[in-house]
Amino acid sequence: MSDATLNEPVLSVRDLSVTFATRQGPLRAVDGLSFDVGAKEVLGIVGESGSGKSVAMYSMLGLVRDSNVAITGSVKFEGREILGLSDRELQSVRGGDVGMIFQDPMTAMTPVYKVGWQIVEQIRAHSDMTKAQARSRAIELLGEVGIPDPKTRVDHFPHEFSGGMRQRVVIAMALSCNPKLLIADEPTTALDVTTQAQILDLMSKLQESYGSSIVIITHDMGVIAEVANRVVVMYAGRPAEIGPEIDVVRFPRHPYTWGLLGAVPRVDVKNRRLVTIPGTPVSPLDVPTGCAFGPRCQHKMAICDERPILRGGDGHVDACWLSDEQRVAIRSQATVRGVADE
Amino acid sequence: MLRFILRRFASAVVVLFTISVMVYLIFFATPGVDPAARIAGRSASPAVVEQVRIAFGLNRPLPIRYLLMMDHLFIKRDLTSYVNIGDKVVPQILAAAPVTLSLVLGAVVIWLIVGVLGGLVAAANKGKFIDPLIMFLGIAAVSVPAYWLGEVVNLITQNELHSSVFAWLPAPGWVPLTQSPGEWALHLLFPWLTLAALYAGIYARVLRAELVNALNEDYVRTARAKGLSERRILLRHALRCSLISITSLFGLDVGALVGGAALLTEVVFGLPGVGLLTYNALENLDLPVIMGTVMYGAFFIVLASAVVDVVYALLDPRVRIV
Repeated sequence: MSDATLNEPVLSVRDLSVTFATRQGPLRAVDGLSFDVGAKEVLGIVGESGSGKSVAMYSMLGLVRDSNVAITGSVKFEGREILGLSDRELQSVRGGDVGMIFQDPMTAMTPVYKVGWQIVEQIRAHSDMTKAQARSRAIELLGEVGIPDPKTRVDHFPHEFSGGMRQRVVIAMALSCNPKLLIADEPTTALDVTTQAQILDLMSKLQESYGSSIVIITHDMGVIAEVANRVVVMYAGRPAEIGPEIDVVRFPRHPYTWGLLGAVPRVDVKNRRLVTIPGTPVSPLDVPTGCAFGPRCQHKMAICDERPILRGGDGHVDACWLSDEQRVAIRSQATVRGVADE
Repeated sequence: MLRFILRRFASAVVVLFTISVMVYLIFFATPGVDPAARIAGRSASPAVVEQVRIAFGLNRPLPIRYLLMMDHLFIKRDLTSYVNIGDKVVPQILAAAPVTLSLVLGAVVIWLIVGVLGGLVAAANKGKFIDPLIMFLGIAAVSVPAYWLGEVVNLITQNELHSSVFAWLPAPGWVPLTQSPGEWALHLLFPWLTLAALYAGIYARVLRAELVNALNEDYVRTARAKGLSERRILLRHALRCSLISITSLFGLDVGALVGGAALLTEVVFGLPGVGLLTYNALENLDLPVIMGTVMYGAFFIVLASAVVDVVYALLDPRVRIV
């Protein structure tokens, strides 16, 4: 992991903001998001529904088609600014250097074309392979993602596959042009739990053999713990905490991350009541000027009316005014209470 | 697939049979409608009416009468009109059918080109000036009745301007394609445009709505994320999927028009098509002609819907029955 950070990042996002003009006023879906993705690194972006994680990824590649959207900041892919490029200029990036996997494999493929046709279409958009070459590559890819009998399945339609198998096809499609970066938008959310685990295993395996960097968007801390090297925790469009996966999961700093981790069911502790974060996510139309999490935070202080900046050390930063001593005190109390509850 | 097609056409035959029975019952077995009295004429004596009844087999049981009618209509093809005694029904329809087919098929080509282009341009430029403009033209074309538009067209092209700007245009009427293709097209030009205007408007609007929906689908986002060109996304993905619902609309429209629904255009432009024939038969309550034209119309509508189902299955793999 330290190797990864030494290299030039594959993706470098600085101060990305996405604002929609709505009738109720500006809606800031993403607000000042900055992160890097190193070579072969798996970055997890985690947050509740509506925290702006998907919008952030889509906006980078011009996939937000709303005419009322304003996107500012900088997104560099391999050192080249890609924010604000035209569709035509983005064509070689999309699907070529950056592959995407979507949340719902049921609707992600055009229903009227055979899956092989759809993979071939992508390969031929980015290379000058012949149809026959692209087709044999498609069969190869389907085999690699674990679809049995790929030679037959290549001529099947999307609706003839199960959800998990369809997601494998989507992954095969995303990998078809050997992307340097793979963006996976909740790739396991629409699948059942056993299939989820298989898909995550597959992604880890393929990441090793293809050497792509991955940005995985999820609301599931379990997924993060499974695959990610580094984590960005988002709340209300803002980064709340960024750090290495081990540090964020074992020693979370931000009260919101505490809540998220508490909301993961565990099998090793019996009858543990799931912790929920009190309140509901803020409406993106009126995010507080201070800390966005302030209204739901149990440890709110006077200073929280001012917006906290990301601070911390060792590559593990968070946006919270709590001092290190306060955090230690709160966490030890929580542990004591947790034990007392059981 | 072949089994599906065969099954679909077998059920079409059943539907046609049912229609023929129902139409027969409506026109020949409804109390108050006495075919014998109509054939015998207005001032015929009861004895003459009775004679006619026996001569035409109208005193026999209903199922037999139905079978006799079908025999005359489809097998012997010698069913004659009750009003213009001696006029055979089937040759009349066969003479009218090419007129209607010429009118409808020409209009189909025009309305498909204009409608699909209009829908595509409007959907691709959603929110820009051209989109509401096309939609306005579409609603205007839909709202104008064909007989009014036809009359206005005749007024412009056949009146004072006929000696100057429209001197090249022949008087309204019908010239068979086999006689002179040029004259055929020239005579049909404005009928085509008049008939196509309504449908081009409908199709542009329906297709735009379908495309706008399709462009919001996940698979379009996937297509974009694959790095395809906007043009390819619009034509190969969004349009391809929108065609599925347009097809059913199209099949039924063409079936109905060939079956006689182009009546208004035929009347305005003096084209002796099936619509006109049906219209005249209804005015005179000419039962055999009505029976014939209704069966003819039903045939095309049922045929069209069977063809639509087959094309539908070809277009959408999800409805294919293996």
